[in-house]
Amino acid sequence: MAKAKLKEHRIDRDWCKGCGICVAFCPKKVLELDDQDKAVAVRIEDCIACRLCELRCPDLAIEVDTEEKVEEKA
Amino acid sequence: MAVKDYIRERFFPHLWCPGCGHGIVLNGLIRAVEKLGMSRNEMVMVSGIGCSSRISGYMDFHTLHTIHGRALAFATGVKLSKPELNVIVPMGDGDALSIGGNHFIHAARRNIDITAIVMNNRIYGMTGGQYSPLTGPGMMATTAPYSNIDQEFDVVEMARAAGATFVARTTAYHVQQMADIIRAAILHEGFSVVEVMSQCPTYFGRKNKQGSAVDMMKRMKETTTPIGSAAKAKNPELIERGIFVQVDKPEYCSEYNKIIERAMGGR
Repeated sequence: MAKAKLKEHRIDRDWCKGCGICVAFCPKKVLELDDQDKAVAVRIEDCIACRLCELRCPDLAIEVDTEEKVEEKA
Repeated sequence: MAVKDYIRERFFPHLWCPGCGHGIVLNGLIRAVEKLGMSRNEMVMVSGIGCSSRISGYMDFHTLHTIHGRALAFATGVKLSKPELNVIVPMGDGDALSIGGNHFIHAARRNIDITAIVMNNRIYGMTGGQYSPLTGPGMMATTAPYSNIDQEFDVVEMARAAGATFVARTTAYHVQQMADIIRAAILHEGFSVVEVMSQCPTYFGRKNKQGSAVDMMKRMKETTTPIGSAAKAKNPELIERGIFVQVDKPEYCSEYNKIIERAMGGR
């Protein structure tokens, strides 16, 4: 897979229910829950754009936006 | 297409509890369909009743939300009348194996080309945490306050014995494997069963002191292992995940077509 460069984490605050799954399983500890129990990306510079937060979010609230188009594995 | 093109955004945020594994199944299913590049018009989703069955309302396919346990019966009708469509039936563990237990084994026996996804959270969540046929002995439920004494089904063994030609198991933690398996199950011609171990932090987790959704997912990681791994040989308690059965057998709709041709005498 081609390396993708992170642009931003689009987090839908209305959809996020603060379960903390994205926070717990991020391999680089990029995300945290804020005082309203909503996920926020606090260490964006550490993000490797693996998309595990996006894939595991039960609420479809996270989208990892990347710069280059990632080549999808067939 | 983007993820949001596959869902009915007007129903979001969905009604599942925070950390519910069913949301992750929804997520994995969307990735599987996205990778297949299938159009929404080629997909039919038929579901019964329960937390899991609400998934059909969220997906922007052709959807049928039917009665408890009978989703496979409705799906069989859809598939026989429109065999060119891909039919997916998401079910809860109780919906699939208790209320719909007979539909389940007979759909498997016929080998009709339907993809059944058993979202196994080992409890009836929607109605308040009663034990299901997959709860297992020693577990707590609102209807088993001194612990459950019923043995559980093994979904994989049962589907295999009933004649399903594609049988797999995965978990909500292993979301990439889940997407790959669902994709393979949709592509498989014949009855496909995918058991997805899903967490219910609200009832199963709380009753059995398994902690938060995150704790329950960590447990899935620790208690499962790929099929035939060395870890399984060392610790037989581990639950295997992966594709258990993938065989070719005559598919029901194509066999039915042959009967029509024979009955028509070639006309």
